[in-house]
Amino acid sequence: MSYVTCLRCRGCGREYPVEPLNACDFCFGPLEVEYDYDSITRAVSRERIAEGPPTMWRYQDFLPVDADMALDMGTGFTPLIRAENLGRKLGLENLYIKNDSVNPTFSFKDRVVSVASAKALEFEFDTLACASTGNLMGSVAAHGAKASMNTLVLYPANLEKGKILGAAIYGATLVAVDGTYDQVNRLCSELADNHRWAFVNVNMRPFYAEGSKTLGYEVAEQLGWLAPDHCVVPGASGALFTKIHKGLKDLVQTGLIDSADTKMHIAQAEGCSPIAQAFNDGSKEVRPVIPDTLAKSLAIGNPADGPYALRTIAESDGSAVIAMEDEIVEGIQLLAQTEGIFTETAGGVVISGLRRLVNQGVIKPDEVTVAYITGNGLKTQEVVESVVNPVHISPSYDAFEEAMAGR
Amino acid sequence: MVKRRVKFTFPTELITESVIYELGHRYKVVTNIRRADVREDIGWVVLELEGTESEIADGLGWVAETGVRVDPVSGDVIQG
Repeated sequence: MSYVTCLRCRGCGREYPVEPLNACDFCFGPLEVEYDYDSITRAVSRERIAEGPPTMWRYQDFLPVDADMALDMGTGFTPLIRAENLGRKLGLENLYIKNDSVNPTFSFKDRVVSVASAKALEFEFDTLACASTGNLMGSVAAHGAKASMNTLVLYPANLEKGKILGAAIYGATLVAVDGTYDQVNRLCSELADNHRWAFVNVNMRPFYAEGSKTLGYEVAEQLGWLAPDHCVVPGASGALFTKIHKGLKDLVQTGLIDSADTKMHIAQAEGCSPIAQAFNDGSKEVRPVIPDTLAKSLAIGNPADGPYALRTIAESDGSAVIAMEDEIVEGIQLLAQTEGIFTETAGGVVISGLRRLVNQGVIKPDEVTVAYITGNGLKTQEVVESVVNPVHISPSYDAFEEAMAGR
Repeated sequence: MVKRRVKFTFPTELITESVIYELGHRYKVVTNIRRADVREDIGWVVLELEGTESEIADGLGWVAETGVRVDPVSGDVIQG
């Protein structure tokens, strides 16, 4: 059983039943899942979690899904790697990489979609839907296949074929929408409001977002039930960022760890940094922007959780950092060449952002720092094509020796 | 008749303009404000619109043309 008590509006505090709802009828504010933490505290223990599956579902007591409905594709409990080589380069003695690029569809989206699709089955939906430009569509299509649901994926018609392949292979119905990003966005919002589909990040959003908390639980468990001093997290809608922090706070509230004084740092790309800009301006309002960034997986110009991300920064005494566009590929290469982890552009933003935070003295050398790598580099190979510079030789031993001399 | 929930974000230079009144007046769309925060340099209004599909579509097109940003209430639906 789950320990969910209700949905509550983050704007006006009104209470709603546990149903596929996204917004408050009164003020249209976003809804969030609420739990009976006293019951969770009585139920959970470190031992109970350790006895669970080696996936995100070991934290089922903290998730809004009944036990028998969990859709476990092996998502989560991904490696937390001590990054000694990268740490040495950056001047950090206790740097860890949370490598979430090894999930079933190679991004952290499997965590949120796992919860959303399980909840969709619980609500007896037969269609799982999303609007996406990459990672989300692959995850939704895979989970739809596993759950034997119809799957509908909408995307802007000008999206590269390679990105669509990751959803098409699972048998999803693909709908390419002609129009600008904003037009597609608006249409998808209207469709979600008017069809009985489980639209993972619209009517399922309160449940969907909860999956990201597991990235907080896992890191604490993998550090020996300790919260890190710093987390550096990529920022798109802001939900991942806020939920990792919520995950750490949940562990304190239920007595699984003593304290979580983790400073939360959000990393955004120069070409789409509405949350970081608001932080830098000292504003509580996030001004929507038109994205123009290499980091397509972070290209959300109107972040739904932007104001809450700002609140998380303030509560945790954290910060926001902007990676310049030309630093994104540098970040990808730096991680690959020090730790052997090939990440997509969002990871490049995180590593370059981390470097800036260290250079600015925000993160001290001995502090325990976790950088979240949320997607696999094979998804955005086009941005790093320039690294392919082979030595060309004729098929002779001498040619090889000559070419390699001095290397 | 249909209903749409939208968020208007006003740039500084349009904060004092009567865009919502004009929307109702010109396009016969019923506007129902639910949440708003208007400051000196930026303002946003979350509201529900009621009208025919074409009235709402034309009205929102006009609002966007004025320079006011129009978004779904739930933020960007398209995700990476």
